[in-house]
Amino acid sequence: MEYITQQLINGISVGSIYALIALGYTMVYGIIKLINFAHGDIFMVGAFVGLVSAKMFQVQGFDPIWVFIFSILLSMIVSAILGVIIERIAYKPLRNASRISILITAIGVSFLLENGGIFFIGPQAQGFPEIIPKKQYHLFGSIQLDSNQIMILGVTFLLMVLLQLIVHKTKIGKAMRAVSFDMEAAHLMGINVNTTISATFAIGSALAAAAGVIYGMTYNSFDPLMGIIPGLKAFVAAVLGGIGIIPGAFIGGLFLGIIETTVSSIGYSLWRDGVAFAILILILIFKPSGLFGKNVREKV
Amino acid sequence: MKRWMVFLAILAMVASIITGCGSKQTSGNSASEAKTIKIGIDLELSGGVAAFGSSALDGAKLAVKEINAKGGVLGKQLELAIADNASKAEESTRAIQKLISDDKVVAVIGAATSGNTLAASTVAMEKKIPLITPSGTATKVTVDERTGKVKDYIFRTCFIDPFQGTVMGNFAAKDLKAKTAAIYIDSSSDYSKGLAKSFEEQFTKNGGQIVTKESYQQKDTDFKAVLTRIKDKNPDVIYVPGYYEEVGKIIKQGREMGITVPFLGGDGWDAPQMFEIAGNEALNNTFFSNHYSSEDTSPEVQKFVENFKKEYNKVPDGFAVLGYDSVQLIAEAIKNAGSAEPTKIKDALAQIKNFKTVSGTISYNETHDPIKSAVIIEYKDGKQSFKTKVNP
Repeated sequence: MEYITQQLINGISVGSIYALIALGYTMVYGIIKLINFAHGDIFMVGAFVGLVSAKMFQVQGFDPIWVFIFSILLSMIVSAILGVIIERIAYKPLRNASRISILITAIGVSFLLENGGIFFIGPQAQGFPEIIPKKQYHLFGSIQLDSNQIMILGVTFLLMVLLQLIVHKTKIGKAMRAVSFDMEAAHLMGINVNTTISATFAIGSALAAAAGVIYGMTYNSFDPLMGIIPGLKAFVAAVLGGIGIIPGAFIGGLFLGIIETTVSSIGYSLWRDGVAFAILILILIFKPSGLFGKNVREKV
Repeated sequence: MKRWMVFLAILAMVASIITGCGSKQTSGNSASEAKTIKIGIDLELSGGVAAFGSSALDGAKLAVKEINAKGGVLGKQLELAIADNASKAEESTRAIQKLISDDKVVAVIGAATSGNTLAASTVAMEKKIPLITPSGTATKVTVDERTGKVKDYIFRTCFIDPFQGTVMGNFAAKDLKAKTAAIYIDSSSDYSKGLAKSFEEQFTKNGGQIVTKESYQQKDTDFKAVLTRIKDKNPDVIYVPGYYEEVGKIIKQGREMGITVPFLGGDGWDAPQMFEIAGNEALNNTFFSNHYSSEDTSPEVQKFVENFKKEYNKVPDGFAVLGYDSVQLIAEAIKNAGSAEPTKIKDALAQIKNFKTVSGTISYNETHDPIKSAVIIEYKDGKQSFKTKVNP
């Protein structure tokens, strides 16, 4: 029983990271119907900015909690700007092009960021400073839980709620929903489509950056290709929950984390990634709209 | 009309590029044949295990510099032609092809890992160019797995996997008095599998018991599920013969989960990144087998460490030593052969007996494996400390 509980905790902690990345993924898709494959690499850039700024603030002698807040904010701001720049340069000129050309461009941007990272930062894995020292808690004897795991779950949940509020309660959120429903009609109704899409990218990229910093802190390492696998897994999580649905990303992420951990914990650790992608295929075959999606027929 | 003109212009450009390249190459070759002996480097200078390749390159460069300062080999200066294999097998093949066909090297050093060396070895065999791997420890690097025949152009500077695994198997059972062990291998690496196999054989021969065998893949980041499984089995030691990037994370996460028993490994642990990724505290009570220790007091080692520090301002790791020794071996072979013909270098290499290098005295056996000693290093308080030296 203890063993199962421990594995469940492991699963939730992996899953909450997937959920955190999937939030930004699903939001960008929900609003402009673009699968932003560069999301995982913006996550990497965010982690890098977090790494540099954390080292910087630590040298200044700030309190760990402030180092964490400052570096996560700084990396969110830098990545938001990067996200907007990428959207303006790479995606905006293709606004009226077919879905597939934008998808290919997204893959191109992803490669550019990865190889740019290798070029400027160097290819080797680096250590990531432990910004807030991890504390271990013991539950019912031998079950272990650390402060970092609680923090990730908390941050992910908080961001999900915040994102829901932005999309449903604010003016820009209303504009986003309008653009997602019908871009041209929204434009005719006087909504500035470009600003709305930029805002979407800024928020999505900031979320990726937050996930990057937290990921770096959890696994104590950074490398320029670190975004690939988590990016793909977050994509699976987003599809699992229903791509475009924000609470779906959260639940999909947790679900995927728990499934993966279950596979490892019964001794099939090598099958873990295979199972994750098998889930993607199964979902796409049997319920393409995801666990939380409704079957909406597209208008002809 | 216009299209035709564009087409012709492109054709003219392509033609000029092709001829331009061609002429440059031939002039480069004739110059190099006159003055220098070119040795190729096919190493992991970027990618997952870039720390190994760049260290080996530092060592090789130092050796070339020292040999050239003493007047070179056969009156000619040595020159390195460098190609990066990006820590990938397919790139390793491409790199060695480029070295042989474009740079016309007489011998190749590389790659740093067994898998990448295997990829390069097929090309070396086909083109009949001797290849010497500084740190490719898998048995099948020099011996064809299927036919059991020795690959006559392939050599190595390091000892082989079975030896490392055996050394650690003895160390775990005899020095650490372990009764049970868990094995956690990198299933995407032949190196890791090879070490694990011989560790298991030796450990069980000493009366130990393997309680569980688990595996991970390169680029995995979360190991907690499997570590929880291992912790549940309560082993006395955990053998993790992988590379530093993942091993660092495994040790860190293991210690966070309250696993206090020793972690053991092989030379893939030898990288400064281990301290950054795992952290000094988590690394306490971990041991690995390696090719040399900078704290070894033998005069060869101390002289090398001093020279290396002067050149690069850092302490050399095992890979730097092996890169250095690989150049020394090729230079010795050229000297003995009295010629820089690839086939003659190969014959001379196979004849090498009692040649003193920094990582030990090398005599090649019939499978082109040097018979030499290993050291066991302990990570202690953020430093590598020399534990023991084990003779074969």
